[in-house]
Amino acid sequence: MENKSAKGWLYLLPAIIFLGVFMVYPLIDVFVYSFEEGYNSASQTFFGTGLYNYSYILHDPYFLQAVKNTFILVVVTVPLSTLIALGISYGLSSIKPLRELYQTVFFLPYVTNTLAVGLVFMILFRKTPYTDGLVNLILGLFGVSPIDFIDGPYWAKMFVLCFYTVWVVLPFKILILTSALASVSEDYYNAARIDGTRPFRIFRKITLPMISPMLFYLIITGFIGAFKAYSDAVALFGTNLNAAEMNTIVGYVYDMLYGNSGGYPSYASAAAIVLFSIVLTITCINLLISKKHVYY
Amino acid sequence: MKVVLSHLTKIFPARGRGSAGTVAASNLNFEIPDGELIALLGPSGCGKSTTLNLISGLQKPTEGKIFFGDDDVTDLPPENRGVGLVFQNYALYPHLTVMDNIIFPLGNLRGKERMSKPEMQKKALEIAKLVQIDGLMDRRPSELSGGQQQRVAIARALVKMPRVLLLDEPLSNLDARLRLQTREEIKRIQRETGITTVFVTHDQDEAMSISDRIIVMKEGVIQQIGKPQEVYDSPANLFVANFLGTPPINVFSASVSGEKLHIGGSAVLDVPNAPDGEVWAAIRPEGFIPDENGPLSCRLGELEVMGRDVSVVSFSDYSVNEKIRSIISSESKIDLASATVKFSLKPKKVFLFKKDTEERILFDIG
Repeated sequence: MENKSAKGWLYLLPAIIFLGVFMVYPLIDVFVYSFEEGYNSASQTFFGTGLYNYSYILHDPYFLQAVKNTFILVVVTVPLSTLIALGISYGLSSIKPLRELYQTVFFLPYVTNTLAVGLVFMILFRKTPYTDGLVNLILGLFGVSPIDFIDGPYWAKMFVLCFYTVWVVLPFKILILTSALASVSEDYYNAARIDGTRPFRIFRKITLPMISPMLFYLIITGFIGAFKAYSDAVALFGTNLNAAEMNTIVGYVYDMLYGNSGGYPSYASAAAIVLFSIVLTITCINLLISKKHVYY
Repeated sequence: MKVVLSHLTKIFPARGRGSAGTVAASNLNFEIPDGELIALLGPSGCGKSTTLNLISGLQKPTEGKIFFGDDDVTDLPPENRGVGLVFQNYALYPHLTVMDNIIFPLGNLRGKERMSKPEMQKKALEIAKLVQIDGLMDRRPSELSGGQQQRVAIARALVKMPRVLLLDEPLSNLDARLRLQTREEIKRIQRETGITTVFVTHDQDEAMSISDRIIVMKEGVIQQIGKPQEVYDSPANLFVANFLGTPPINVFSASVSGEKLHIGGSAVLDVPNAPDGEVWAAIRPEGFIPDENGPLSCRLGELEVMGRDVSVVSFSDYSVNEKIRSIISSESKIDLASATVKFSLKPKKVFLFKKDTEERILFDIG
């Protein structure tokens, strides 16, 4: 028996070493840095230990802006994208002709480069001295005066960011949900039909509970993904996100490390730890809720 | 509720070019009297499940009509037909408790028929008592045994008091012992409710033991309809003779000449009024009588003792089956040292069929 478990550990060794060196050790390091004031990675020196780094970032307006942006992004895009994906997958599973064509169309954003798509969104939304952009032209038809979505008011920029994020995360969710819907046995629907169940009740009482494990999986990973958003904002608004008021927490961490005002690994570590604790808390809450509502 | 199928045909459209459609049910005509338990019996792919789906309304017939009593239900969707259907895999909703599963159909009622929650629960409990699962109402299907799940499925199908109850291979997912018990249960529940019931099975034992009438099907065509014993004692063709009975019937290549049945040159039975010609002679296992002077001689194989029955395995060049199995009473003496065994035959247990059409040839039994 002991021999067996030794063998087991031996097989696990490569993975444990790899994860230890590249995941666990850096994590602990970040945690340590976040308490070391004025840590310099070149000279590996610091002035003292304490909560100063946390105090600094929590009083930094750029960080607070980033937290606000991230929360708006999470609260808007996760439920919205999940609902839209559910609607589209339900539609896809209800039609026979052209289903594969539509599936391909909905999956395209997944295999498209983020930055290329960001460029396309800029062309759609940007207002320049030469043109108001496609979206403004369409809005103009309804008598709305042109809005600068990229360099204009905060809500307009936030709208574009949310719109873009939803669009980018949809394909994966649609993929997962269509396969979840397809795995619900036809017999359940037949049984419900025999009993004269109306379509809405079938959806609410049978379809939804049956795909609930997948739905919760998507919500949890959706939350985590949205909290870690960064590249989407860069694709739309460029690298100087603080100036555009569009920074996210991950963006703030990056700026603190490498940005123009960068070179502060201690502040970056503190911000990263704050993000980590937020994500951990939300994920725990999600898991607790899902335990109550998912039966298998 | 009487159920009538009239010229019912179902053709599934062909997949791909050039291939013809599949005829799953061909010109079915039969009438199920009110309150009877009917078995649709046949090998897999014979169209029995399709027939059930046509009655339930899950599938639309290509041609023909279905009547419940005097109502033409052919064009009614399943929910308006008043049928209860028990699926082969039960299709219980895994996320609902037994109680919620049973009251699910009641939740669909609208208008005048709408019930309050306590009324529904009372109704569900009544049905649960009938099928004897009233102690399990708070469990989920995954916490039940196969037999219990089966009962829940029946309760769910019965709770709306359907006009017709349909069961698709109701026992095929149960182990042998439970199968025996459950088929008695189905019979009892059907008797107590008096609901006209159709069940599909490929197991002739099951069909014979509990149904009032069996319908034997093959390739979408009805072969014979009748009371189980009648069908067994008087099969309409070779297929029915082969399909019913365990051990299976023994088929010989034989001929009739001068009102005598010949197997391998020896006249084995008088068959008055049977026309001369080549025939299939099918003999039930219980139709053999060991007889030292018997006309049918076979090479002796071995004895198989199965509880109270003794079955003699023997061989003959004229037998279609590899082995001939005959069941004899345990008092009969068989000399195991002898190389051959001789039988005389019971005329009532011998059936003759035409070589080409495999239809029955009748002869007078003295």
